[in-house]
Amino acid sequence: MIFTLKIWRQKNASDKGGLVTYKAEDISPDSSFFEMLDQLNQQLIAKGEDPVAFDHDCREGICGTCSLYINGRPHGPLKGTTTCQLHMRSFRNGETIYVEPWRCGAFPVIKDLIVDRSAFDTIIQAGGYVSVNSGGIPDANTIPVPKLDADTAFDAAACIGCGACVASCPNASAMLFVGAKVSHLALLPQGRVEAEHRVQKMVATMDSLGFGNCSNTYACEAECPKEIAVTNIARMNREFLAAKIFAEKEKQISFTL
Amino acid sequence: MINLNAGAPKAPLAEQWSSYKANCRLVNPNNKRKLDIIVVGTGLAGASAAATLGQLGYNVKSFCYQDTPRRAHSIAAQGGINAAKNYQNDGDNVFRLFYDTIKGGDYRARESNVYRLASISPEIIDLCVAQGVPFAREYGGLLANRSFGGTQVSRTFYARGQTGQQLLIGAYSALSRQIAAGSVKLYNRRDVLDIVIIDGKARGVIARNLVTGEIERHSAHAVVLASGGYGNVFYLSTNAMGSNVTPAWSAYKKGAVFANPCFTQIHPTCIPVHGEFQSKLTLMSESLRNDGRIWVPKEKEDVELLRQKKITPEQIHESKRDYYLERRYPAFGNLVPRDVASRAAKERCDEGYGVGSSGRAVFLDFSDSINRLGAEAISARYGNLFQMYERIVDDNPYQTPMMIYPAVHYTMGGLWVDYELMTTVPGLYSIGECNFSDHGANRLGASALMQGLADGYFVLPYTISAYLSNEIHTPPIQTTLPEFHTAVHGVADRLNQLKETKGKTSVDHFHKSLGKIMWEYCGMSRNEAGLQKALGLIGDLKTEFTSDVSIPGGMKEYNPELEKAWRVQDFIELGDLMVRDALERKESCGGHFREESQTPDGEALRNDEEFAHVAAWEFKGNGAAPERHREELRFDTVKPSQRSYK
Repeated sequence: MIFTLKIWRQKNASDKGGLVTYKAEDISPDSSFFEMLDQLNQQLIAKGEDPVAFDHDCREGICGTCSLYINGRPHGPLKGTTTCQLHMRSFRNGETIYVEPWRCGAFPVIKDLIVDRSAFDTIIQAGGYVSVNSGGIPDANTIPVPKLDADTAFDAAACIGCGACVASCPNASAMLFVGAKVSHLALLPQGRVEAEHRVQKMVATMDSLGFGNCSNTYACEAECPKEIAVTNIARMNREFLAAKIFAEKEKQISFTL
Repeated sequence: MINLNAGAPKAPLAEQWSSYKANCRLVNPNNKRKLDIIVVGTGLAGASAAATLGQLGYNVKSFCYQDTPRRAHSIAAQGGINAAKNYQNDGDNVFRLFYDTIKGGDYRARESNVYRLASISPEIIDLCVAQGVPFAREYGGLLANRSFGGTQVSRTFYARGQTGQQLLIGAYSALSRQIAAGSVKLYNRRDVLDIVIIDGKARGVIARNLVTGEIERHSAHAVVLASGGYGNVFYLSTNAMGSNVTPAWSAYKKGAVFANPCFTQIHPTCIPVHGEFQSKLTLMSESLRNDGRIWVPKEKEDVELLRQKKITPEQIHESKRDYYLERRYPAFGNLVPRDVASRAAKERCDEGYGVGSSGRAVFLDFSDSINRLGAEAISARYGNLFQMYERIVDDNPYQTPMMIYPAVHYTMGGLWVDYELMTTVPGLYSIGECNFSDHGANRLGASALMQGLADGYFVLPYTISAYLSNEIHTPPIQTTLPEFHTAVHGVADRLNQLKETKGKTSVDHFHKSLGKIMWEYCGMSRNEAGLQKALGLIGDLKTEFTSDVSIPGGMKEYNPELEKAWRVQDFIELGDLMVRDALERKESCGGHFREESQTPDGEALRNDEEFAHVAAWEFKGNGAAPERHREELRFDTVKPSQRSYK
């Protein structure tokens, strides 16, 4: 197969950057999108040019490293698929393909197609955990968990932290990412203990990092490679509201006491 | 003088670990905060160790090459994690898990370490559940288990086909909590390129900031390597693209001996290779073998027709199918250990019965299970794997059998460590896949996650205190010391050399060439002549690399080609050591099959008389042959027997 590629090239964070046109020839339809880029890079290296830098690692759809807009869509045209699991048979022979990095103020470009997503780590550090130490833990079967709760928690915990939700959102909102973590832990008795505190801290951190708000376009769910549902955002909002009311009540109680 | 005494406590096997913990020297909390520890890698072993050490009060510096710790390749583990919980009341216990691991490892692992691992396993599950890991559950709300390759009990805990992901998110969340608390400092997008040794002790690392290209010095009272395995020496493997041997290799060059490098695991159920530009292989969890039956056609005519796509596999009548694992190993059938299953697939394909366009594939067929249990039940168990398969291969496994072929997956070899997980360099530890300790010559399914978390959460935090209790008077190590200076210069010189070679051939080209040599001569089946040939080929490749590698881009910027070049150069040297190790081990055991050593019916033949030992290799300088040392293995509890799954 043959493709015309319009790829975003940007030397570093301060460079302005722009689209550069390349030809990719002799591409197998069974090649993954990255294998196609590998092939292009081999040609560039042979010519002594700087290869295109892009983030990738596991290449089996689970690490969440890959982060490309392909023809304007995060992770390309297929539903529930990361860039690394996208194969060239999903494109028309001779097609022109636009390749760009995530566009979001909270994810600055490092080079070419690579962005800095450490803002997500900062949000998790604000409370995306259960505060238990390694040691002195009761037997795992001490607290039965309804299967439905465990399964729903799993659905939320399947998030790979790639940032496609932010990239797809007109407001660059991170609410699906945060909602998924809040839901995962709020649905389990183990995570319930700190649930009120967690949701408040995570939402505050999310807001402080420059992510936008949710205006219910559902683009995040549509583009999420793990098909995380927007109901997680609803659950987060509910948790957040409940936590606020709880916090108000607590204040009043301590006041009357 | 290399001392390969493991130093297990002198107590009956079952009491060794409790005896160790009872007598282990501790560091008091006031002193812990004066001690620095570097942990390289943030997979299950590294993240769990860094989190636990931070929680205990040490100052931890955690390094990963990825943009965030949550991406370490433990995340890709699918099937599950073993633990001797006996929740299913099917006869499991610590001893049985220990026994299975020793036997599965073909009697090439150390009893003391393996027993400890088995005894710790239940605690891991407790902790993970407390962290919020959403393991599979039964309708009654209790945890579900499944059986997994090579065992006869159901002791594997799982979270759909994404167990590694969920466990890693658990460890990452524990790590994030410590980062927020200030006890762990994270250094992401860093390659650790050298270990700094001062007065014989590990005191720091030299790292390259992958974004800025800056070469950094980091010091500590102890250094822990949790940098994973070296399967990418084969180029095509199930490892992540960035997985590399570099931190372990720099430790080897600084005096840590490297044990059993030739012990690599070839996983039987991977998606077959499709073409020259393929960059990696994708694993299909071994759990699929619980419900899938493996077969190839009995008749060569059918093979031909299949390859020409004139018939589909469903059209081949039951009586014309060869379920070769069930035929050869009636007792274990499709659940034989990985090494056995892989070799059996190779044997059928070598004989010309392989399917797929390349003839290097066998069928994994779910039709019986789907008929018995219904498609929905199968989807609940393996839905995401079926989906992944369909995405890659463009075939629907609910309708037609999967095609699979073995691929490099895990490396049992690694840095030699003693009972305390310390390498032969004082203060330098190695945990998880990076060390050699628990899996012998073959790892059982669902045991890698167990080992990574056991080492990180429960073993290292004790054993490192024994060492650090002697360091409480050592002030913070200054990075201005001459040893740091020398190490930085060494790293800078090698980077300059790579960059200045200005050859014509890309790094990937060398990596692929190395992979082909390793797969051909040091893969599933090895022989004297092939290994000798490989030594020569690797030597040539090394020379060619030094004179002809081409690396575009600059030094002081994000330069993926430069990163890869360093890693591939290390892989070439490692390849040489693996071949030497395979040459010297003139027996078949586990993943290491020497054609000269087999039974009349083609099964692996161990030689306990001569090879019941760990081979530990000592670096003797560039260009000099490494020296082979031995740690004799004693089996006081489990009597070695020829493994039989018939």
